[in-house]
Amino acid sequence: MSDKPKKTHKGGKDDRAESAGSRRLGVLKTYKLYVGGKFPRSESGRVYEVTDSKGTWLANAPRASRKDARDAVVAARKAFGGWSGATAYNRGQVLYRVAEMLEGRTHQFAREVADAEGLSKAKAAEQVEAAIDRWVWYAGWTDKIAQVVGGGNPVAGPFFNLSTPEPTGVVAVLAPQESSFLGLVSVIAPVIATGNTAVVIASERSPLPALSLAEVLATSDLPGGVVNILTGGTAEIAAPLAAHQDVNAIDLAGAGEALAKELEIAAADNLKRVVRPQPVDHLATPGIERLTAFLETKTVWHPTGALGASGSSY
Amino acid sequence: MASAFEYAPAPESRSVVDIAPSYGLFIDGEFTGAADGKVFKTVSPSTEEVLSEVARAGTEDVDRAVGAARRAFVKWSALPGSERAKYLFRIARIIQERSRELAVLETLDNGKPIKETRDADLPLVAAHFFYYAGWADKLDHAGLGGDPRPLGVAGQVIPWNFPLLMLAWKIAPALATGNTVVLKPAETTPLSALFFADICRQAGLPRGVVNILPGYGDAGAALVAHPDVDKVAFTGSTAVGKAIARQVAGTRKKVTLELGGKGANIVFDDAPIDQAVEGIVTGIFFNQGQVCCAGSRLLVQESIHDELLDSLKRRLSTLRLGDPLDKNTDIGAINSAEQLSRITTLVEQGEAEGAQRWSPSCELPSAGYWFAPTLFTNVTQAHTVARDEIFGPVLSVLTFRTPDEAVAKANNTQYGLSAGIWTEKGSRILAVANKLRAGVVWSNTFNKFDPTSPFGGYKESGYGREGGRHGLEAYLDV
Repeated sequence: MSDKPKKTHKGGKDDRAESAGSRRLGVLKTYKLYVGGKFPRSESGRVYEVTDSKGTWLANAPRASRKDARDAVVAARKAFGGWSGATAYNRGQVLYRVAEMLEGRTHQFAREVADAEGLSKAKAAEQVEAAIDRWVWYAGWTDKIAQVVGGGNPVAGPFFNLSTPEPTGVVAVLAPQESSFLGLVSVIAPVIATGNTAVVIASERSPLPALSLAEVLATSDLPGGVVNILTGGTAEIAAPLAAHQDVNAIDLAGAGEALAKELEIAAADNLKRVVRPQPVDHLATPGIERLTAFLETKTVWHPTGALGASGSSY
Repeated sequence: MASAFEYAPAPESRSVVDIAPSYGLFIDGEFTGAADGKVFKTVSPSTEEVLSEVARAGTEDVDRAVGAARRAFVKWSALPGSERAKYLFRIARIIQERSRELAVLETLDNGKPIKETRDADLPLVAAHFFYYAGWADKLDHAGLGGDPRPLGVAGQVIPWNFPLLMLAWKIAPALATGNTVVLKPAETTPLSALFFADICRQAGLPRGVVNILPGYGDAGAALVAHPDVDKVAFTGSTAVGKAIARQVAGTRKKVTLELGGKGANIVFDDAPIDQAVEGIVTGIFFNQGQVCCAGSRLLVQESIHDELLDSLKRRLSTLRLGDPLDKNTDIGAINSAEQLSRITTLVEQGEAEGAQRWSPSCELPSAGYWFAPTLFTNVTQAHTVARDEIFGPVLSVLTFRTPDEAVAKANNTQYGLSAGIWTEKGSRILAVANKLRAGVVWSNTFNKFDPTSPFGGYKESGYGREGGRHGLEAYLDV
């Protein structure tokens, strides 16, 4: 693999085309969706051209359809029982594994991010490293968040009373449009850390880092269907997800103001939990808001019995 | 069932409460008429007697109240938490002092038995204010970040089933966190909120911190839509909750919704039958079943179905329905003619769809709105009475064979507010509780509430939690 950037014409850049100083013709990658742990093309057969920040063609990405979105929800729902039922320790290990898998591919992702966002090599590497560290950060949260946001409640009566957080279910995620990789990781990791499953719409203009992330996820012990990644028109794919009756929540990070409002209205139909778009500095350490946004609180009561004058009742 | 011992009437005295012939809106510390002069009557559901005539808030009044709350916010939010706390402690104490009066008032306006207002509603109301009072100067320690800030003006719309308790659930955390409030009580139960306004005055609460706007849905909608409202809190139907969620889309408003439910009460074959029967009765007949977290679907393990139903029917035959002010009354009046007609329609639909209806022989008073405790057996999951929230004293009985089947049936609803589990086996309680998609799970008990214990639903039962440390988050910018 050559790390040397090389300007080429239509037909691809860098190692996906001719390598510098070599006669060998590079092997281009067919970018595909990631649904249910598999890499299908869009059922619609549609693709769209993805270019770098200067307009040079990079690849044809699948343009996912409503049907792809619905398939992804089915996959995410199917995966929810197993993933939410996995131990928090296990989920932490899987998230950490994602970081491990990414670490070895830092250069590849830095190149893709540089192309996608028009960043210098150093700036792109900073984004990728921050993204890797973000996986590590959330990996550590999986078995701590319940202690931070749950706990026993001292009710005024002879009852054991415990509140614990639980994942809300299937979460539709509109990844940030600008930050194609760090922003993407910053919205996926908190959703799945707590046991939710996700249907993610990648940045419309810069979807390639997301589709490459799918390859990492597929080799990180993450069960198929926990994260599903779609590319194409954000508005087109988000509409059926926001209206979908088997989606429990939606993160609107990648929606503009008008689209966000429209989707929030559609989401009200089954009272999805909604996170509205807001300015975020992705390089800063996040708070726990994106974890708690997709958690429900379950409170369980049980009588404790009492020792009284009339004798034991337990 | 004939009883060997009849109960003599034991009415609570009405004289402890003095209801004025008319009430105004409470805006900026003053009682005032509605801008357009509209009024409505509030009646006692057990007798249909008119209790009072109340000003009906309109759009202009909403605007005035929100303005008052906005002006009050500046000073109220700047008060040291310890000072806000003292106001709330005062309110809690005055509620305790006046609890007999408020209990009778609530029973008159709502129709629920005095036994419940006296022993459940009022103690919980005072406790809720006392609990959140203590939080006001400890918000930095609530685990919600270093410097949690109030949101501003909270627009709150509450239902008629627990008028004063729902007011407490809304107002106590809002004030403790430094917000100011405009609250709209339900049109059938405005009185206790207006008495609360008087309590705010007695407590010396600064003007405009709490504003009370009796009125109908139009006033609630205007409040939710008001551009200067920062926070919306609603308890009521899922349909209205969805309308609110649409309304606030694209705004900065933070929303919490506490909506409908169709709670499953699951009884396993090893459950102590007598205790389970008491829990089932509490679950669905407390407050005439007009409870969002009611255990309105009974899921019985097949092997004990007949035995449990026999016990349950025997127990229902001993429930006393009648004068809510009578201290022996178990089942009071339905809150309104409208609600009674909704219950009646759904029950008729249940019969028409083939479920088997049963009620104990039960004499209903000639005036007022009444519905006898009702059971449906031979209910399938497809029946309307197993799917729709009835919000009345109507229990649908379904059966299951295995714990997995019980969980699947319990979760087979768009709601996710409450559930009950009855079994002597601890591991089964924990396993089933884990799998239930509901915000509150009562095991070997039902319908227990406490200010320290977060309450709220999954799925279409709404979002956000009320009560406990969790309840603070709804009113803070974190």
